[in-house]
Parts: sequence; structure tokens; C-alpha cells
Amino acid sequence: MKKVYGSAAEALDGLLFDGMLIAAGGFGLCGIPELLIAAIRDAGTKDLTVASNNAGVDGFGLGLLLETKQVKKMISSYVGENAEFMRQYLSGELELEFNPQGTLAERMRAGGAGIPGFYTKTGVGTVIAEGKEVKTFDGQDYILERGLVADLSIVKAWKADETGNLVFRKSARNFNPPAATCGKTCVVEVEEIVPAGSLDPDKIHLPGIYVHRLIQGEHEKRIEQRTTRKREEA
Amino acid sequence: MAAETKGWDRNQMAARAAQELEDGMYVNLGIGIPTLVANYVGDKDITLQSENGMLGMGPFPYEGEEDPDLINAGKQTITELPRTAYFDSAMSFAMIRGGKIAAAILGAMEVAENGDLANWMIPGKLVKGMGGAMDLVAGVGRVIVVMDHTNKHGDSKVLKECTLPLTGKGVVDRIISNLGVLDVVEGGLRIVETAEGVTRDELRAATEATIVD
Repeated sequence: MKKVYGSAAEALDGLLFDGMLIAAGGFGLCGIPELLIAAIRDAGTKDLTVASNNAGVDGFGLGLLLETKQVKKMISSYVGENAEFMRQYLSGELELEFNPQGTLAERMRAGGAGIPGFYTKTGVGTVIAEGKEVKTFDGQDYILERGLVADLSIVKAWKADETGNLVFRKSARNFNPPAATCGKTCVVEVEEIVPAGSLDPDKIHLPGIYVHRLIQGEHEKRIEQRTTRKREEA
Repeated sequence: MAAETKGWDRNQMAARAAQELEDGMYVNLGIGIPTLVANYVGDKDITLQSENGMLGMGPFPYEGEEDPDLINAGKQTITELPRTAYFDSAMSFAMIRGGKIAAAILGAMEVAENGDLANWMIPGKLVKGMGGAMDLVAGVGRVIVVMDHTNKHGDSKVLKECTLPLTGKGVVDRIISNLGVLDVVEGGLRIVETAEGVTRDELRAATEATIVD
């Protein structure tokens, strides 16, 4: 089965519909599927619910879909970097469901692993626990969180082979593997697609079974906070 | 700048917090004063976790060597070390929730005498989100809070009960403030030590929470 597509638009063809739930990889602007996000903006798909740790920044990443008001609801742990997000949220145009970061990651992992719910002590006794089942195990309270299954996963990896086996790079891995596993369909963008057999099978981070469509492209890879030290301080 | 603050300054608080760390520990440091703790670990063999998916966090890169694929949980560019390992967010929080991280050192807006912690939102103000803080306080072995003892109006931030939405219930083990060190114990807080130039009475006076002897 052919997984490699010529462009982000081609790779998304037939997969997008209004009101869909999309899981996106990335942390801040690191390891975000920037090409697929731009293609979703161009496609104009509306009323999206997007599960992503962050919401990009104004003018980049998921911020693009906020500007065009294609997003109805975000499921995120932290949205601090985005003025347009705040404006839409405070004016009631945008819904926001805060998930603790580890709960969001585990919801994706569980969803992809066929686990419809799990108990966690994260958020017990806080607003996060409101309306959720509490169960006591060995004298400690846990809350029930649901596995998350998305209509579509959009993911960024470093390299892929033609069969969709993925390798990530440094901290750009972050939410990408769990996001990839929780989608009914998963589309991945990479910096380089190599022939099958050229990746060491022992060093594959996510096997191609999770990957349905694949594109290669140029990435801007914007830095959110450039922090450095002077050489003299070494 | 809070030049009038009595007791320890930011760096002295960080240095005191670094004394909590023991050789061989895997530790998560929050943003702000907790980040400074890394400067005071000395010869101790400490591995820093960054919850976006890294163990063995190194210092900021030299100018020109920033890598957009290598950031910490504060989204700052950083470097790796010979011991560094990368993993995904689900595994990162599996090790946090699973109690594998020995300690987290975090900032706080309020702490209560029962160990309740509030550090993620102020109702009516901009809400940015809890990030990984709720997972950290629920999961790690020991939660150490580093904070100013009072707010800019002089009101205590060490309270009988938190007024802000909680990050975690009964999660704090130790408070290190500019005025001293307090432990959360049965019935309230116990003074472990006072900062240089601060008396126990001054520490008590700045604390709304119950102090037990």
C-alpha cells in the first residue's frame, strides 16, 4: 500500500470534514506538524476540535487555524503564548477544555491502545475532578479519565521510511507518538523519507502500522524562546 | 523588584532548595526560582527531567548553536548531556505519575497547612493552563515549594486554606520561602529553620497557617 503522498493537501484529501476531532503532536512550536496545519487552513475545514498540548502562537502552528476561526474547541494543557486564542476564548467564541499535560498524553496513548478509560490521581481534589468518577484503590483516590480517539492525527517526525516507520529527533518527539496512535487515520510529515531498509529496525521510535499517509517537506521549525549562554561563561 | 524582602533572596532560596537534593536523584525543576536550583547542586550527581520528554537536561546553548528540536518545558532552547535520553510525553508522565521522579521543586501562589497547593490560575485573570504541574504534584516522590512568604501587599501566602483553585490536594512536603523552611506535618506546619536574620516569631507572624511545635 502506497503511503507516500506528494503534498500536504494531497495527503489530507478525503480525510477532512466539518466538526471533526483532530489530535496534533508537538509541544509549544517544537515538533509541530506545521505543513499539515497550513494545509488544513487552506482546506477551510470548520468547527474543529483540536487536542494538542498547546495552541501555537499568533501566525504560526495552530495559531493559523485560530485566526481563520476554524477551531471550535481546544483540548490543551497550556495556551499562554497566543493573544488571538485568549481573545476568542474570553469573548466566548472558542471552547477550551484544560487537561493536565500527562492526562492528555495518557488519554491519547490509551485511546490508541484500545483502553477507553483509566484512573489517575492527577487532578484529584481540583476542578479537573469535577463531574468525574472517583474510585479508591488501596486507600488513595483516583479519577476516571477517558481514552481519546481522534478522527485524524497530524504528526511531525524527523525521518520515515516508505512504509511509515518513524524516527523522531530530540525533544521534538513529545506528543507526536501518542497523538499518532490515537487517530483513526494518521498523516505524518517528515524532513526526509528514506527507502525501506535504510533505518535500523532497532532504532525505530514508532512503527509504520500507525502511519497511513506520509509527506516530506521543508520545515520552518520556529524557536519560541531563544535562550543562550556566552562562551566566556563556559 | 522586591528589594525590601526580608531573609533570603532568590538565589539564596535556590541554594537552600539545592540542599534538598541527594546524589543520584532524578528531579524536575519548575519555572522561575526553581530553575536557579540547578546552579547550586555542586558535585552532586543530579539528573534533571524536562517533562516534554527528556532526562539529562543541559545548560542553555552557546549563541548560534540553538536547536529548534531541543527545548525544555519552558520552551527555552537547551542542550543535551552525555547521559541524555529522549522519550515521548506519555512515557514522560508515566515516570512522573509512576513515582520514578524523586522530587519536584515548584513555585507557588498559595500553600495551605494541609499541603494543598495553588499555582496555576487566578480566577478572572488570564488563564494559561496547568501544563504538567498537576501531574507532577500528584506523582513525584517529594514536592518542595519555593516561594515568597508574603505577597506584595504583605499578606501571607502560607495559609490555613488556599483561596485559589488547587493544583493538588495535600501534596506539598516542604516549603522553602524567603523567611525559612517549613514542613507539612500532622496538624499544620513545623518550622525546620529560619532564614538568616529572621526570628521564629517573625516567621510565625508572616504565616497564616497553624504552626505546630
